[in-house]
This record gives sequence, C-alpha cells and structure tokens, in this order.
Amino acid sequence: MAEGLLVIGAGPAGLAAALAASDAGMAVTLVDAQPEPGGQIWRGQWSGEARGAARAIFADLRRSAVTLRLERRVIAAPKPGCISVCGPSGPEQLPYDRLVLATGARERFLPFPGWTLPGVLGAGGLQALVKDGLDVRGRRVVVGGSGPLLLAVAAHLRAKGAHVLAVAEQAPRHALWGLAPELLRRPRLLTQGLGFLGLPLRHDAWVTRAEGDAQLRRIHFRTPSGTQVVEADLLAVGFGLISNLELPMLLGCACEGGRVTIDAAQRTSLPHVFAAGEPTGVGGVEKALAEGRVAGLMAAGREAEAARFAPEAERGRAWARALETAFAQRPELRELPEPSTILCRCEDVPVGEVQSLERGRDARLHARCGMGRCQGRTCGPAAEFLFGWAPGGPRLPLVPTTFADLVGGLSDPEQP
Amino acid sequence: MIPDVLIIGGGVVGAACALDLAEAGCRVHLLEAEGLGGGATAAAMGHLVALDGSPAELDLCRLGVERWKALAPRLGTALEFDPCGTLWVARDDEELALVRPRCEAYQVAGISAEMIDARHLHEVESCLAPHLAGGMRVPGDAVIYPPAGARLLSEAAHRAGARIETGTPVATLEPGGVRLMDGTRIAAGAVVLAAGSASREFLRHLPLVKRKGHLAITDRHPGFLRHQLVELGYLKSAHGSDADSVAFNLQPRPNGQLLLGSSRQFGDDSPELRPALLRRMIHRALDYVPGLAELNVIRCWTGFRPTTPDHRPLIGPMPGRPGLFLACGHEGLGITTAPATAALLTAQILGRSLPLDPAPFLPSRFSELAHA
Repeated sequence: MAEGLLVIGAGPAGLAAALAASDAGMAVTLVDAQPEPGGQIWRGQWSGEARGAARAIFADLRRSAVTLRLERRVIAAPKPGCISVCGPSGPEQLPYDRLVLATGARERFLPFPGWTLPGVLGAGGLQALVKDGLDVRGRRVVVGGSGPLLLAVAAHLRAKGAHVLAVAEQAPRHALWGLAPELLRRPRLLTQGLGFLGLPLRHDAWVTRAEGDAQLRRIHFRTPSGTQVVEADLLAVGFGLISNLELPMLLGCACEGGRVTIDAAQRTSLPHVFAAGEPTGVGGVEKALAEGRVAGLMAAGREAEAARFAPEAERGRAWARALETAFAQRPELRELPEPSTILCRCEDVPVGEVQSLERGRDARLHARCGMGRCQGRTCGPAAEFLFGWAPGGPRLPLVPTTFADLVGGLSDPEQP
Repeated sequence: MIPDVLIIGGGVVGAACALDLAEAGCRVHLLEAEGLGGGATAAAMGHLVALDGSPAELDLCRLGVERWKALAPRLGTALEFDPCGTLWVARDDEELALVRPRCEAYQVAGISAEMIDARHLHEVESCLAPHLAGGMRVPGDAVIYPPAGARLLSEAAHRAGARIETGTPVATLEPGGVRLMDGTRIAAGAVVLAAGSASREFLRHLPLVKRKGHLAITDRHPGFLRHQLVELGYLKSAHGSDADSVAFNLQPRPNGQLLLGSSRQFGDDSPELRPALLRRMIHRALDYVPGLAELNVIRCWTGFRPTTPDHRPLIGPMPGRPGLFLACGHEGLGITTAPATAALLTAQILGRSLPLDPAPFLPSRFSELAHA
C-alpha cells in the first residue's frame, strides 16, 4: 500500500495534491515556507476571508488529515526519500515514499536605470504587501512589465484606493490576440477581465527609467506615441513569473525551457516524484488545481481517477504555453540597462562589470554576480535574458541556513 | 634562443607562467579551454600559506608568498590581497609540543613564526573555543581571491605581450606544438602543460589523481575573524592518504564573508556534495569556533585538486618529450606556489639560473615518467 506523501508548497497545486491524496487514504505532509497555506495567490485568505476556489479548499483542508508543516523552508535533500527543512524549531528531516513538487513561481525582474530605487517594487511583491496591510490610498502608482499579473495587481491596487496612473504592458496588442481562442474556452477569465475595465492599460509600452534621489519620483516609459514622464510614488514592475526550479533541479529532475519535464500524469523524470502547478509552466490557479489533483491521485495510486483530470491539466499547460508566447519579452528590453545599472543586487554588481564577459560562470567567479544571499535567484534569469547565460545550478543550502541547522539537516539518523 | 611558448591552462599556475615567460621575452600564447581560473583555482581557498610538508615544499611556498607580495600592488585591489597571517591552532598539549620545533624550522627557512600560548590565544583571536591549547602565528601569510588571481595575472601577461585565448580547448599534444579541438595546429618551441587535473587528458601516464574538496561560505560578518585559522593537524589530512579526511580551516574574506574548509577525498569524481563529509567538516569547525554555529551559510560547493603520490607538484621538463614542460599537480598549494612555479619553470625553459632546487619537483622523480 502506498503511504507517506510529502508535498512541497501549499499554494493551489500543493493543496489540491495533498487533499486528493489524503482523500485517497494516504498519509500526507504539506510543507510551506509561509505561516499560512494558500501560496502567493491566496495570501491572507486562510486567516482572513477566503474567496472562490480557496473557500472550498481551505474548508476541505481543515477537515482533512493532512499534516501541515508551515514556516519551513527546504534547505537540502540529503539522500533519496528525504527532504530537510528548517523552521522555527530548527532543522527537520521529512522522509517520503512519494513527493509532489509544487514550488510555485517568482517574479522576473529585468534591470533598467533606477530599478533598485526605494519605491520600485515587484508587481506581485507590492500586491503581497498590500494584502498584508500596506496602505496605498491616494498613492500614485505605475504598474509595468508584462503578463496577466499586471492587470490583476493594478485592479487590486485601485480597489485599495491607489491612483493607478498607467499599466505599461510591453507585449504588443496583436500578440495578445493570440490568446483569444484560449480565452473563449475560459469564460471565468473573461468575467475576471471585466474587473479590469477602465484601467489605463497601454500596450507596446514599457518603463525605461525610474528617477529620484533617495526615493522614486519620476518614471519614464516608452509608448508607441513617444516617451512619457510621470510623477509617481510607487512603481510596481514585473516581467512575468518564472518557475521555482531550485528544488527540482537539486533533486535531479529533468528540466527544460525553464520548466520541470513531466508526462501527462505529472510524473517527473525521477521515480515517485511528481510536479504540479507553476514549476511545469506558469499558467495560474486553474492549471495548478488540475495538475495538483492529478499528481495527488497518481501519488496515491489512483491512476484511473487521475486520468479523468489529466485533460484539464493538459489544457492548463496549453494555456501556459500560449501565455508564454503572448507575453514574450521584446528584444528592446535588453537595451534598457546602462553600464552603471545594478544587475546583482546582493553583491552590487553593475551591468557594465559583466557585459563583456563570455559566460555566466565568468560573471560569477570574476564579478560575484549571483553569489550573494539570494544565490542568483533574481539576477540569474535577468542575465539569461540579457546575455544568454545559463543560470548556475542550485547549491546547498537552498536558502541561507546557520551552520548548526545545516548540520542538523544533513545528519543521518542511521549513521550518527 | 628565446622560444615561442604555448601554455595549456588558464588557471593561476598557467597565468603566472604566462606573465613570467612574457616578461622574460618569450612570445607566449595561453590557451584556456573554458574561462580563466575556473578549474582547481576556483576550488581553492586562496590561502598564501607557508606549509612545511617538506623543506622543499616550504621553500617553494616561501618564494611563492614573497612573489605574491611583490605582485599584489601591481595586480590591483581586485586581487583582494589581505595580509591577515595564519594562526595555526593546537587542540591539546601534544599538538602544542610540536609548535616550538616548527617555529624553529620556519625561522631557519627565513619565515617569521611565533608561538602563542593558551592565555594569549583569545587575545589574538577571540572567537576560538576556550579549551584550545595555543598555537603558532605566521604573520607573513596572506589571502587572495584565486579566480581574480588567475585573471589579473593573465591580464598582466597580456600587457607584457602574451596572447590569452579562452574558450579554446586543446585536443592533443603533438611534437613541436598542439592541435586544437577544431583541428588547428599551433607550433611552439616549448609547450607548458598547466591544465591541473585535466593534464592527464593529454598525458595518460601522469601520476595525477583528482582529490575532491568541499567548501562552505557564509554571509557577511565583518570583524568576526582576523587571521586565517588552520588546525595544526592540517598536514596530517593534507598529506595523508586516507580516503576521506577533514581538517579545520577558516578564512576571513575582505567583504566579511567567512570561507570554511577543508575536506579531502580520493576516488570520488562526482561534483556532488557528500552530506556526511560536509557534516564532519562543519562539526570539526564548531570544535574550534563554536560561534560559527549561528552564522548563515549561503553556499556549499566542491572542487577537485590534482594530486601527485608525494603531494609535490610536477614542475620541469617532461622526460622523453623535448620541448614539453609540466606545471601541474599542485593539489592544495597551487595558489601559494603559482608565482614560484612560474619563476622556476621560466628559468628551466630559458636555461637561466634556478631560484631554488628543482629536484624535488622534477617530473623525472617518478619512475613511470623517467622511463617514458
């Protein structure tokens, strides 16, 4: 009998996987770095008011036998069948027979002059701050970058009283028409789109510069009709989402094109290891829920049942691919940074210090680009876009960890 | 006659050779398969240390450290040269008893060294555990950032007229030159093989094995540490032939980061971290510096050092292969001894007077090479 499922990530995909497997009788442990389940998308809804799909799922979770291990970050995978996490009570090793990787996604940042000024935030980052209580009433905000998140963030900021001056979407309008056939199959998204009506959306538009002394004051952005300059208090900027692949790569799962390679049943290249949600392609909640359900059922050995949901998961992946094409970064964005523009924030490495180097490893070794606290999670994807450098593989520990906790996380109970 | 010299390998040793040979008037062409300083150089801690595994080793180290000190102002601040000195730490009285004769041996070799008793140990380095017995301070030792060392030496060589080519793998050695992967043949009066562990790809019978090491680096804690700390038992690990060994070695980086070593493994050619060995290495460090426990590690990695059976490098002419010279197999002392290796090899290639006794480093000391 199958038992002992470990799910990494308590966003929609991880929750769906955990609940599906738990319903099928498996012992399930669900791990997340945040103090509450819900991931980025349902942030604050576990202790606050849950809406839509989150309401039913949280209710199911409260009734379920799923063991929640929150505020725990994965630090290592010391041996097959074991993940080390670190939380408020120190390091723990979590053994598993089956593993679901639902590690989510993070924002992609591309450097432009002024992007490190106080007042310039990630689009998702600002939304998270607002969900956690940041007051944006009356603040003048520009939202820029690319992807469906921009409109959602702008609508959320507007609803919270911010004055949204512009939403600068770098993708051309015609590229977005490519989404129309998929959109028509997704009436819920169309309804959601109604909430975006009236937002000052500009296509073919992107922020070229943020200015200010100690704080953001002015934003320059390019539009088809020329450069515009606006005075603003906040700039929320993000160039889509990128899958969190550090743990899948550390485990040795095959990855390609920024995604974990999976089959139609969410199986990765490693036996008994499944992936669901953003790691298999950034496609949002519905894809994550469908994939999570398939992964959870597969982990529980309910293959026939899983197969019933597989087509919906596949439609989710088709949507993810369509989004990636529609919101592909335009080449002009490579021209934005100046030599003095910071590329690696942890180590203060400007673009000019690395742009003549041949390979990413040279930049890491000779300019410390990506060698700081975040270990290239931010500048790695930017350097990949700017210079075509493949990011370095993940290094232990996956997050900064004290020596004491690392020793605990690496200890082998069988070989003291 | 001054020959054209082709150097295979852009690590710290190849780069140091390029600089000396170019300044001696040779037309130098350095070929690096990937990027500068990315091999064993990047796996090194960058400790410029006088190590006394043998009088010959100590002599090579002394010359290396001396030459680095002279080079540092020329190479610039990116070298991150830090004259922090080394504090060798004794665990117990048995180890401390070894310090006095060791100090004397250093002084005979012209290297300043002083004994530190238990009482003064904490004044010298307050983070050390209270139970430690004392130590030996070598104030002339220093630290550099090794990949920068390889790059800056290459740039200096380039200014002296050397041609530095990266991303250019050599396929084979040929009489009077080399053939590149793309089929191009390059002729040279002398070829220097300075490709570290990869040197065996060109000469199968070289007595070189890869010895794997683990390293860990913390986030920034300026002021935590002043000296490079090494346990007195380090030589036992470095020169022993145990399959797996660890020895405490902690280094302050100029930006406040702390770099922790060391481990040694034979017979493990995978770059993967070995949790059990990493754990042993950390436990060892906590014995000496308990306060490390609460500092954050941001990255652990491994690297390979090319090791010879007697732990001394191969420096000099390759028997039976006229025009071919070796500068490889430096194990953990490649950074310290790179400029000394370059001085010795340059004198050997040009037939000039030698800066030290070459015999302990000659490839011909190994019978499998002598009869090649």
